[in-house]
Amino acid sequence: MATEAHAAEGATGYIIHHLTSLHFGEGFWTLHLDTLFFSALLGGVFIWFFKTAAEKATSGVPGLVQSFAEMLIEFVDTQVKDSFHGHSKLIAPLALTIFCWVFLWNFMDLFPVDILPLIGSMMGIEYLRVVPSTDLNATFAMSISVFFLIIFYSIKIKGAWGFAKELMFQPFGPWLLPFNLLLKLVEEIAKPISLALRLFGNLYAGELIFILIALLPWYIQPVLSFPWAIFHILIITLQAFIFMVLTIVYLSMAHEDH
Amino acid sequence: MSINATLIGQMITFALLVWFTMKYIWPPLFDSLEERRKKIAEGLAAAERGQEEMQLAEKKAKGVLKEAKQQSSEIISVAQKRANEMVEEAKELAKKEGERIIVAAKAQVDQEIQQAKENLRQEVAMLALSAAEQILGAEIDQAKHQDIITKVSNQLAG
Repeated sequence: MATEAHAAEGATGYIIHHLTSLHFGEGFWTLHLDTLFFSALLGGVFIWFFKTAAEKATSGVPGLVQSFAEMLIEFVDTQVKDSFHGHSKLIAPLALTIFCWVFLWNFMDLFPVDILPLIGSMMGIEYLRVVPSTDLNATFAMSISVFFLIIFYSIKIKGAWGFAKELMFQPFGPWLLPFNLLLKLVEEIAKPISLALRLFGNLYAGELIFILIALLPWYIQPVLSFPWAIFHILIITLQAFIFMVLTIVYLSMAHEDH
Repeated sequence: MSINATLIGQMITFALLVWFTMKYIWPPLFDSLEERRKKIAEGLAAAERGQEEMQLAEKKAKGVLKEAKQQSSEIISVAQKRANEMVEEAKELAKKEGERIIVAAKAQVDQEIQQAKENLRQEVAMLALSAAEQILGAEIDQAKHQDIITKVSNQLAG
């Protein structure tokens, strides 16, 4: 409802203001303080919730917190068991972390677009972007981490030579080695890029639409923002789910020996 | 909007979160789930076992009951037989006893009749003697005529 206040700067100014991070530093060594702060805060929420559940974990009758945590654990475990057939101590906790963390990132999108920046500006913070998944750095950080894990497990399971052979000789055999290599490299590199851009694109677009709705007269806003928010509940869960499932699938592919 | 050092910060946060989840969150929660699953399975198995045992016990109880019934009916029939025998025996005994009593009574009666006869005879002899005395008008000395009296009484007895 801060439309009036921003009207002076014009709609473009309002949008740009909303999409500018609170930054610190120059060039590559710029830090997006808001992204770092909110993702760490949400990570803390995630850890706090699950730690509470884990501390009180009992095999007897579970409490409310434990039931909810167990529901998520079972959900993630089912997904992992469906597509990953090896044995790994890392994949399931990794998938749980990704699902919950990305979901919480995305959930920030459901806060009214002006409320947190308004509070921020009251505290003297000029720019505030509250949704970490609308920052490419956040989504790429996660997908590149996953990419490193893919490379790590590919080499660990197949050996350096086995992995190299897979890159060079598949899918068309040794006679088309350069073509194979090119194809495989594109395939591997496409994984983190598609993971990061899919999440970023969905949430960035969603946030942008919320900002555009916020520019409309106040009496039209609820008519548009309400259905979009409901639709967005689906989107944020779905995007978290897709990120998690694809991570599991990519890692299980890394574990498979051809 | 551009890629910058935030990326590195985020990767560190992510690594820390994954490490923490792997170390302190997933194992206890997953273990408690597994343990509960095991407990439930054990409980179900125990329930099934209990039911089976109950069925077995019921069967056994039925067998025991049947045997007991059979045994009791046997005992009853034996007892009945024995009772019948006892009654028979008692009857026999009573019959014998009765006969014996009758015989004894008869003997006693006979003896009494004999006694009475003897008494009567003696009396008759006395009467006869006194009659004869009166007839003869002389007193018959009992001592003197003892042999006559005896003779008469013997005749009477005959």
